[in-house]
Amino acid sequence: MAVKCTGEDRVLTAQVSGEVDHHGAREIMGELERNIETSLPRVLELDLGGVTFMDSSGIAVLLRAYRRLGALGGEVRVHNVPPQAARVLRAAGLDKLIRF
Amino acid sequence: MKAINEAAVTFLSRSSNEGFARTTAACFAAQLDPTLDEVNDIKTAVSEAVTNCIVHAYPDTLGRISMKLRLFEDNSLEIVVKDWGVGIADVEQARTPLFTTGSEERSGMGFTIMESFMDTLKVRSVPERGTTVTMRRRISRRLGGRV
Repeated sequence: MAVKCTGEDRVLTAQVSGEVDHHGAREIMGELERNIETSLPRVLELDLGGVTFMDSSGIAVLLRAYRRLGALGGEVRVHNVPPQAARVLRAAGLDKLIRF
Repeated sequence: MKAINEAAVTFLSRSSNEGFARTTAACFAAQLDPTLDEVNDIKTAVSEAVTNCIVHAYPDTLGRISMKLRLFEDNSLEIVVKDWGVGIADVEQARTPLFTTGSEERSGMGFTIMESFMDTLKVRSVPERGTTVTMRRRISRRLGGRV
C-alpha cells in the first residue's frame, strides 16, 4: 500500500511512500479519500518522507485533499517532503497554499 | 548541431510505462554525468510528457508512444515524445497553468512542470493525428564527465 493512514481525535496521519505518478496516484487518492470520509478530520498530517518520485499527479492529490479538508473546516499539514517532490510542488505554487 | 549519441524506444500507453520511460531517459542522460537534481528534472519532465500521452492522447484506447533521446556536443539532451492520438486543438490553451481536460486526478500543471524543468519545450499537434513534444536540457559540465 502506497499510503498508510492512522488517526485519532480527528487528526488523520497519512504516510505516503513510493512513486507518486499518474500510475500510483489513483490508489493514493482513493485510500486518502476513504479515510477522510470515514474520520472527517480537522487536521490531515501528510508525511511524504517515503516518496521516491513525484510529478504533477502528486499536485492533484494534495490539491484534492486540501479542498476536501477546507470544506470540512480543517487543514492539511505536509511533512518530510523530499527535495525532488518539493521542487515539483514549488513549481506549481503549492508552497503558497500549504506549508511544507 | 551534430548528435553524438541517440536512442529510441516505443511502448504502449499503459500507465505502468511512465516509470519505464523516465528511468530509460535518466539512464541515457547518465552519459552526460548529470547531477542528481538534473536527473530528477529530466525524469519529472519525461513523466509529464508520457502521462499526457496516456491520459489525453489515448483516453479510451491503448496506443503507441515513441521516445527519442539524443545527446549533443554542447552537453545537452534532447527528448522527443510522440503519440498518434487525438491531438490538441489549442496548444496555447493546453500550456496554460491549471488548464486540463482531464478528470480531478489531473492538476493541469504538466506543461508548466516541463517548461520549468527543461531549458526549452516545443509542442506540435494536429487534431486526430497526434502530438510531438520536444524538450531540451543542457547538463552542466563537471570534472570527470564521461562523454
